[in-house]
Amino acid sequence: MQSVQPAQPLARVEGAGVAWRSLGLLFGLAAVIVVGLLSLRIGSIDISTRDAWDALFNYNSDIYNQTVVRTLRLPRTVIALAVGAALAIAGTTMQGVTRNPLADPSILGVSSGATFAVVTVTYYLHLSAPSQYVWFAFAGALAASLLVFAIGSTGNDGASPIKLALAGVVLSAFLGSWTSALLLLDENTLDTVRFWLAGSVVGRDLSTFWTLSPFLIGGSVVLLFLGHQLNVLDLGEDSARALGMQTGRIRLICSVLVVIVVGSAVSIAGPIAFVGLATPHIVRSIIGPDYRWVLPYSALAGALLLTVADISGRVLLRPAEIQVGIMTALVGAPFLIYLARRTVMERG
Amino acid sequence: MDGFNLSQPVTPVPRARHRVIRTRYFSARFNGRVLLMAGLTLMLLTVVAVWAMTLGSYHIAFLDVVKAAIGDGSPDQELIVRNLRLPRVVSAMFIGASLAMSGAIFQGLVRNALVSPDIIGIETGAALAAVFWIVTSQVQALLPFAAFVGAIVTATLIYVLSWKGGISPSRLILVGIGVGATLNAAITLMIVRFPIEIVRPAVVWQMGSLYGSTWSDVRMLAIGFAILTPVAIVLTWPLRTMQLGDDVTRGLGMPLERTRLGLIVVGCGLCAIATALAGPIGFVALMVPHMARMIAGPLSGSVMAFSAVLGACFLLVADIIAQHFLPVALPTGVVTAAVGAPYFLLLLYRYNTRI
Repeated sequence: MQSVQPAQPLARVEGAGVAWRSLGLLFGLAAVIVVGLLSLRIGSIDISTRDAWDALFNYNSDIYNQTVVRTLRLPRTVIALAVGAALAIAGTTMQGVTRNPLADPSILGVSSGATFAVVTVTYYLHLSAPSQYVWFAFAGALAASLLVFAIGSTGNDGASPIKLALAGVVLSAFLGSWTSALLLLDENTLDTVRFWLAGSVVGRDLSTFWTLSPFLIGGSVVLLFLGHQLNVLDLGEDSARALGMQTGRIRLICSVLVVIVVGSAVSIAGPIAFVGLATPHIVRSIIGPDYRWVLPYSALAGALLLTVADISGRVLLRPAEIQVGIMTALVGAPFLIYLARRTVMERG
Repeated sequence: MDGFNLSQPVTPVPRARHRVIRTRYFSARFNGRVLLMAGLTLMLLTVVAVWAMTLGSYHIAFLDVVKAAIGDGSPDQELIVRNLRLPRVVSAMFIGASLAMSGAIFQGLVRNALVSPDIIGIETGAALAAVFWIVTSQVQALLPFAAFVGAIVTATLIYVLSWKGGISPSRLILVGIGVGATLNAAITLMIVRFPIEIVRPAVVWQMGSLYGSTWSDVRMLAIGFAILTPVAIVLTWPLRTMQLGDDVTRGLGMPLERTRLGLIVVGCGLCAIATALAGPIGFVALMVPHMARMIAGPLSGSVMAFSAVLGACFLLVADIIAQHFLPVALPTGVVTAAVGAPYFLLLLYRYNTRI
């Protein structure tokens, strides 16, 4: 029989953990770079790594393959990486703030709000390019998610998983039926918008991305540094208060940041579901519950996940493509079912 | 979940006077007051139905509609009323009633007044099958069957995936939402992959509309309705017991999972026949049972019947509004969503503040 070891000093455990976890982060970063390069290479035409590399650092617009990389594949790769990371960070924060393993920005009506706004302005103002309606999508996403959050968290017991999910589903159904009514009235709108609706990173130029990147990247970076606060919130409302945290204020700041980040992500890429839900769970199962590590790991994992989903969408039905939003939903929704089966939810 | 217990009346109900029928083989208890209300609503429904048939680009007077319906009017009025307007009105009533009962069953099953078959993905299953049927240009006449099969398969899938040594209500909801999301992704995939002319009718179908109902639709609805309704009303008795909680139900000696399975089959069947013919019409199944309980007291066989009549009324009125009182004729599903979603939010808000 082993004798009981005295507990090791906490600092030393952390020290060892920090080294390993930092190494893991570096490893993740390398994986992201590899996947990013793959995303430049793979598609309806194959492009050599050399061409992809040259297109980035030694661009020659006379070579067709390099032009393809520069104008088509680079924007979608950058957007997939950034949106994936942002959605994962937002999802992690959401789960931390609500202490709800099922919280996901897409369940909270963000996407349906953005969709409704995009369809409405496309119908009335006859817009056709993503760069024209990003701001409307952004506004719609903000309004809808705030509404769901407000409705779902009224009452003494706050935002319970079921209430938030139901409020989100119902608001989505409501907005969805009006969206389809508009689509019904005008075939042109339907034709313009249906590709946006599927959630895709194709056909967005980088300038669209840069206009929203202050919100997307800025918000994500701020959230990355709120891991400590999430750790304290995770102890529970009472303990967090007793430790001197102004829980209400932190929750508000985090929620507003999440909505801004997700709103801009949806505006750029359309409704992409389940990256925010699944990533934190995968990450937590690898490195444990400490949000200071979960957040950066989630960012890398989310970027990986979305880019891989995008690549596999290109490969599966070659030369046709499956939109990345469809890919993530097809993979992510079964994950939700798995979670629902695993988690015991007594509180309804 | 406790706060949503349906056995609690929303408003205090005066002690109901029950009529009891006893025979050698069975006994049944009726709530006379509720049945009277159902009867009155049924009369109101008839009047609204006749009124609905007077409306349209060819106006027909109230009495002429009645005459035409019983085969005593002028030939063109008979044609319009009997071939065009009557089928639509009758299918609106059947569909409304089916959806309302289906909703009442599911709300009872999961002991949560905020749930309905359209939220937990069953209608999405029907929609997926129908969209597939439309975009691959299969035989149009078999579309309802495809939708029906889609709904049943989805319901089975949800049931199997929620099973873990028993069915937990909240797990059923979440699994349903997850299955719904997967199926929605598949629908989106088809909508993106096929040309716009083919996609449009599929999108239209997804809205839920009673446009172009025919007598053969009504016949199918009537058959399904006639089979499922008696079962639903009989199964309301064990459903009522199940409101006391799983443990109590088991303790009373009821075969819990078997009864639950029976109820799910009936609830899905009702939802499936309605969705198969009209497309996914949202919120009827959510709102109407709740309104019925609010007016008539806690769930019972009589209240189930009242829900059905109320559902028929509700969908008929929604269809009249969608067809005649909007600047453009919209699918019925848009009107029910416009009314239903705010009602749901109100419900959510009230439950929240009461807990």
